[in-house]
Amino acid sequence: MTTAAAIAQPPVPIRGGLARFARRNPTIVIGGAMLLLMVCIAVLAPWISGDPFTVSPADRLRPPSFSDFFASGKIDRFGTDNLGRDIFARTVHGTRISLMVGISVALLATLIGLGIGLVAGYFRLVDAIVMRVMDALMAIPSILLAIALVALTGGGIAIVIAAITVPDIPRVVRLVRSVVLTVRERPYIDAAVSVGSPSRKIILRHILPSTIGPLIVQATYICASAILVEAGLSFLGAGVPPEIPTWGNMIAQSRLFLARAPWTIFAPGICLALVVLSINLLGDGLRDRLDPRLARRM
Amino acid sequence: MTETAPILEVLDLRTHFFTQDGVTRAVDGVSFSLAPGETLGIVGESGCGKSVTALSILRLLPPKLSRIVGGRVVFEGTDLLTLHEPAMREIRGNRIAMIFQEPMTSLNPVLTIGEQIAEAVRIHQGASRKEALARAVEMLKLVRIPDAERRVGDYPHQFSGGMRQRVMIAMALSCNPKLLLADEPTTALDVTVQKQILRLMLELKERIGSAVILITHDLGVIAETAKRVVVMYAGRVVEQAEVTALFDAPLHPYTRGLMASIPRLKHNRTRRLAEIPGIVPDLRTPIPGCAFAPRCPLATDRCREAAPSLDDHGGGHFAACWEAGRA
Amino acid sequence: MTPVLEVDRLVKHFPILRGILRRPVAWVRAVDGVSFAIAPGETLCLVGESGCGKSTVARLVLRLDEPTGGAIRLDGTDVTGLDEREFAPFRRRVQMVFQDPYASLNPRLKVGQIVGEPLENYEGLRGKALEERVAGLLAKVGLRPEGVGRYPFEFSGGQRQRIGLARALALNPKLIVADEPVSALDVSVQAQVLNLMMDLQEEFGLAYLFVSHDLAVVEHIGHRIAVMYLGEIVEIGPKQVVLDEPKHPYTRALVAAAPIPDPRAKRDTLVLEGDVPSPLNPPAGCRFHTRCPFVMDRCREETPRLREVSPGRQAACHLLEA
Repeated sequence: MTTAAAIAQPPVPIRGGLARFARRNPTIVIGGAMLLLMVCIAVLAPWISGDPFTVSPADRLRPPSFSDFFASGKIDRFGTDNLGRDIFARTVHGTRISLMVGISVALLATLIGLGIGLVAGYFRLVDAIVMRVMDALMAIPSILLAIALVALTGGGIAIVIAAITVPDIPRVVRLVRSVVLTVRERPYIDAAVSVGSPSRKIILRHILPSTIGPLIVQATYICASAILVEAGLSFLGAGVPPEIPTWGNMIAQSRLFLARAPWTIFAPGICLALVVLSINLLGDGLRDRLDPRLARRM
Repeated sequence: MTETAPILEVLDLRTHFFTQDGVTRAVDGVSFSLAPGETLGIVGESGCGKSVTALSILRLLPPKLSRIVGGRVVFEGTDLLTLHEPAMREIRGNRIAMIFQEPMTSLNPVLTIGEQIAEAVRIHQGASRKEALARAVEMLKLVRIPDAERRVGDYPHQFSGGMRQRVMIAMALSCNPKLLLADEPTTALDVTVQKQILRLMLELKERIGSAVILITHDLGVIAETAKRVVVMYAGRVVEQAEVTALFDAPLHPYTRGLMASIPRLKHNRTRRLAEIPGIVPDLRTPIPGCAFAPRCPLATDRCREAAPSLDDHGGGHFAACWEAGRA
Repeated sequence: MTPVLEVDRLVKHFPILRGILRRPVAWVRAVDGVSFAIAPGETLCLVGESGCGKSTVARLVLRLDEPTGGAIRLDGTDVTGLDEREFAPFRRRVQMVFQDPYASLNPRLKVGQIVGEPLENYEGLRGKALEERVAGLLAKVGLRPEGVGRYPFEFSGGQRQRIGLARALALNPKLIVADEPVSALDVSVQAQVLNLMMDLQEEFGLAYLFVSHDLAVVEHIGHRIAVMYLGEIVEIGPKQVVLDEPKHPYTRALVAAAPIPDPRAKRDTLVLEGDVPSPLNPPAGCRFHTRCPFVMDRCREETPRLREVSPGRQAACHLLEA
């Protein structure tokens, strides 16, 4: 017996610090930082801004004024809307809705899609049926589904989230299934079968971890698109009730006064663009890092 | 060694790879020469630098990751390492051709094999389209592809593995190269097909008069095809000799270990095989002494401290070993 | 003595599916009526070129694929019709070592988890007890017990193949199916793994079904050899007689084609023409007739049967009847 052959090489040390990471992955750092800032604003909304609901007819359509920005009770930082409501407060509170919708949809769609995708990919008999159902789901436009659901139930955030989630599930299922189909052909899966591991264990221990990387990337794209779709739904009046401050609602309401008061659209519009941009930047960066093969193809 | 001027002389070639974890000395001072028409075998295990040597000769290594940091590659009197890229392109595929292990990845799947062979002929020989295609058919006949006139219009996937390697040989020889580099040309093939391909390659090489460098891990293939052999280990040449001399009396302990460790058909009937203990050294750390010393049964302190030079031990049998005299 | 493994007229045809209804339009006849038996402690080698069905036979024995026909008997019990639950107690008697030491170990798991997986499944071992058993197994294959906490990428190819062997040994199997276990390794490491496999065979009385394309390796480790061509066994018998005096022309061609690492060796000049035909539409009659240098009219029409040519040795060739 050769003992020298048994000496394993030492593990590769992880080098470099945060600066090195930032230099290598600028999009992750920039996107992540912007998103983190947005999350902070959403969490701290009641403390950094006033009441978004107060209607003040005397202060209707006041233009933005940046003097004395942090003074308490000041309502014209970003100006006011047609009902005299504080646009700054409404924008800050709108962050909450947008992020909540985006994150909820991303979480729900990936978790449900992951479960279905794992089963469909691993068990061939289930696969044919599940995938036809998914094809049908994919054919439903989220906007029409939302309008129908809102008409039936009267709307609300939960309905909006459900309406956006359902058509996104098939996309996740397809992704997970394709990963499962590749991984299940690897010899280590055969090895697990031949040492008597049950299907549940093979799926959870040997296949599930390989889906996480691509799934995180997919989740960021779902999150970004959900935020846009929610804004679109609100804009069409098929989303969250109009008195609730969401960016979509604000943009919809400002539309009528755009010529007289263009500032009413700036704040929600720019915030919407920034959030989606930051999430997409983060997603692209993660994709390059977690799934380099995919990155080259796209 | 040879009376005529060598067609290729590799002198103290050093190729390094630059990775995240440091510098890998993939080729670390390799020298050998090749006479016109000669067949030289380079043998060694994976990671010994045999393929990198071939790629360095043709300067085909990825430029950002690797660099030839020293040495000379003199081909027909010119140092290839000093040439500009356009001049190098004129040599590649024309005067020096290469055959790779996996024919499928070296052939373009969307072009017919006729177009691919003709392309090289048109670029290098300035032939017309028609002439080039005629040359392609002629080459396919030469490598004994049945029904060549029809098959010249087929795509790579329509050929079997052995046939694809024949196509590769046809392509490599289409410009009558002076030197053919064959990197594990038969490793991906079945044994009965391997034998056909090796025979074909040697027969055509005689007809065209090119010299061949055959790179392989298989001592059996070396014994059956090469005239002279270079044995590589950890990026260095450890032994160089005529093929019969090498197999009759290997001088370097690595070569001896390698020969004892291969199972041979109808040869050694003992149950146990000799082992070379340990594993190949990490090429990221510089090795001051002999690279084989940690695994060598004859190693002394001198071996660990100073690298032995490749010395002639009589009759053109070179070995890089302080203890080569000791059996 | 009852053979540990008996394979009786085993058949595996893979369908080629086309169209939206996924109807089979053709069948790849990967394994077409293969029979052999392996005694306890014996090594039977399956040799042949790519596409001959040797790896499929290995997968069928392990139930990684379902056979189309024929029977597989383990210790005399026919296991072909059993479902996964009924097969479970038999599974631990047959374990596998794979060709690719990189792809056959899950890169995300530690060696302890990889080698411990069969013990979790069959003996319900966890924690400290599991770790100790794994460390013992690693020692058996010449690895240090500290390896338990490392990942596969920290090991060289030869060491990974040792890890694969430790996993296969965990359940004390009677038979190990090894599919080209050394063909991905360098020659010097190949010798280490082959020696280890022979040591383990002696220590545990293991039987091997050893699949390989390399006759020199087969001659070294095998007791008996079965030569396969396009899904059929063309010759089977004790290794020395088969390799020294091959009766089937294909066996002779295989022996002749194996490169001999000795420039002075006398070589059989028999060289086969062409490539192995596709198992999709194997030639009629004797499947080897398209490449056989001794082909006769009869070979194109009539399939030769395996017949005993000397004690314990069979070959399928019309030439042997004359």
